[in-house]
Amino acid sequence: MIVGDLGFEVDGLIKRFGRTTAVDGVSLAAPHGQVLGLLGPNGAGKTTVIRVLATLLHPDAGQVRVAGIDVRQDPARVRRRIALSGQHTSVDDELSGRSNLVMIGRLLDLGRPDARRRAGELLSRFGLDDAADRPVATYSGGMRRRLDLAASLVGRPEVVFLDEPSVGLDPGKRDELWQMIRGLAQDGVTVLLTTQYLEEADALADAITVINHGRVIASGTPADLKREVGGHTIVLRPSDLSDLDPAAAIVARVAGREPDRSRRQELIVPVAGDAEFFEITAQLRGHGIDVSELAFRLPSLDEVFLSLTGAPTADAKDAV
Amino acid sequence: MTTSLSDTRSLSETARPSRFGILRHSVVLAQRSLAKTSRNPGPIMNGIITPALFMVLFLYLFGRPVAGTTAEYLQYLFPGILVMGAGLAGMISTGSAINLDLKNGVTDRFRSLPISRTAPLLGSVLADILRYLIAVAVLFGIGALLGFRIQGSALAALGAAGLAIMFGFCLSWLMVFIGVLVKSADAVLSFSFIAFLPLQLGSSLAAPIDTLPGWLHAWADINPVTHVMNACRALLNGTPDNGSIGLTLLWSAILFVVFCPLAVRAYGRQE
Ligand SMILES: Nc1ncnc2c1ncn2[C@@H]1O[C@H](COP(=O)(O)OP(=O)(O)OP(=O)(O)O)[C@@H](O)[C@H]1O
Ligand SMILES: [Mg+2]
Repeated sequence: MIVGDLGFEVDGLIKRFGRTTAVDGVSLAAPHGQVLGLLGPNGAGKTTVIRVLATLLHPDAGQVRVAGIDVRQDPARVRRRIALSGQHTSVDDELSGRSNLVMIGRLLDLGRPDARRRAGELLSRFGLDDAADRPVATYSGGMRRRLDLAASLVGRPEVVFLDEPSVGLDPGKRDELWQMIRGLAQDGVTVLLTTQYLEEADALADAITVINHGRVIASGTPADLKREVGGHTIVLRPSDLSDLDPAAAIVARVAGREPDRSRRQELIVPVAGDAEFFEITAQLRGHGIDVSELAFRLPSLDEVFLSLTGAPTADAKDAV
Repeated sequence: MTTSLSDTRSLSETARPSRFGILRHSVVLAQRSLAKTSRNPGPIMNGIITPALFMVLFLYLFGRPVAGTTAEYLQYLFPGILVMGAGLAGMISTGSAINLDLKNGVTDRFRSLPISRTAPLLGSVLADILRYLIAVAVLFGIGALLGFRIQGSALAALGAAGLAIMFGFCLSWLMVFIGVLVKSADAVLSFSFIAFLPLQLGSSLAAPIDTLPGWLHAWADINPVTHVMNACRALLNGTPDNGSIGLTLLWSAILFVVFCPLAVRAYGRQE
């Protein structure tokens, strides 16, 4: 039933709002059944790309196809294949979780019994059985997110668009959500997921496209991207400030580049892998340098941007 | 796979064919709107309490000076209150409900579903009709308790209720249009409050417009609400007046023909 083997395909998309060009020539695509992570800071154009794909906005230029169908030529057919879970959850507070899902089912032309059955299936799949008949106003943030995701799946979509799905979730709830998104991909659903966190894209996506100011600045598999930006970051804070220079020398020698010292009491340096981390730890110990903080982590979005563009994100600049 | 979230049957295979889709979808969305009203009855209570308060207030403030007795004055006042109730029921809820849906993303979900883009508007307005019926019925009850007696035939009384509801329905499209255009639900509410004063009070509600001072008289004379109130008053008091009925029908048609298409277009528009 899929025409071609791409779940969705965007080529040279341009979208303007008055004088702002929100999306300026973005191209991206995901094969059927894959998860594409769209990574970018605030205002990068992530939501705009999603809204064009979901037939909520007209593209000004470029080709946009979902499940092989052109969104401009046949938006109604596209809507039969997709589901959207927006940046803000869009479920009705006054209604129960079950009524929310039944309503969507009925709008999708399921008969009342079918709509109720489908709602029941999704509620138990998303662990909302106990809360099913309570008004959504009484749900926690995590439960709302799960219900919102369930609402997108009522129609068994082939392509699902998730706009910053993990915003406002604590780490435990976020992991649950990630499990569910992986489950979708296993069932053959194509997913486009926007996020501001490299960690999230890394955990979920088969491929990542990074955008900034409406333009693609990098794309590839998570492994490609990490190779490009140096994989991991070491953050080090000596207990004694006078140790900062010798520690910086050790770090520079092992990592093969000068650490970032813009935060004065901290040294930050990108490294290729954990071998460097252990080497640095050993040498610090050898030189008798005590540390109050020592972290080995994935680079933050700001650090990714710094290494991809040589310039911090707009937010990081504002924060200075 | 039993745990499949999205098995390979596509929607079109499991769903019923989509004849009369827009009507069926509108009814589903009207049920949603009514379910929300029953959980959060504030707006509709407001649409009943406000006119009821005006009725009691005006009755005991102006009853004797204007008409000699409160009983006589109630016969004059009540039909206007009825029109106010029907107008408020639509003015208060529809515009802000639609605005809220637009702002919190519910409309985005509806628009990404394979349903007509007009269905959510139509659903909301359909639900309003039931709200008007409730408001009008409750106000008739309160009026009867205070001593209002229908002088005309039962048919004429139904006609009066029908005119009030029809005008409220047509006026609500203005609020729908504003609800689609304006930035926040608060702005919609303040607009309906600002519009309420001249429309509902600057009319023949409390006293015949001949007794009003010059500028107010001039306004009340062109205010369509005056004609609706006059038409209902005449019908309920057994003296049907074709002139004001005709003006009511005319104004309702104008409001509907102008604002319904505007609202539908603004709502369905893609940027
Ligand atoms: N309806 C609109 N009218 C005018 N400008 C808009 C509109 N929608 C988005 N923009 C602008 O387009 C740019 C991209 O916005 P978009 O919402 O797509 O970014 P985003 O990557 O989703 O950001 P965030 O992470 O904050 O959600 C921003 O500069 C924004 O101000
Ligand atoms: Mg966004």
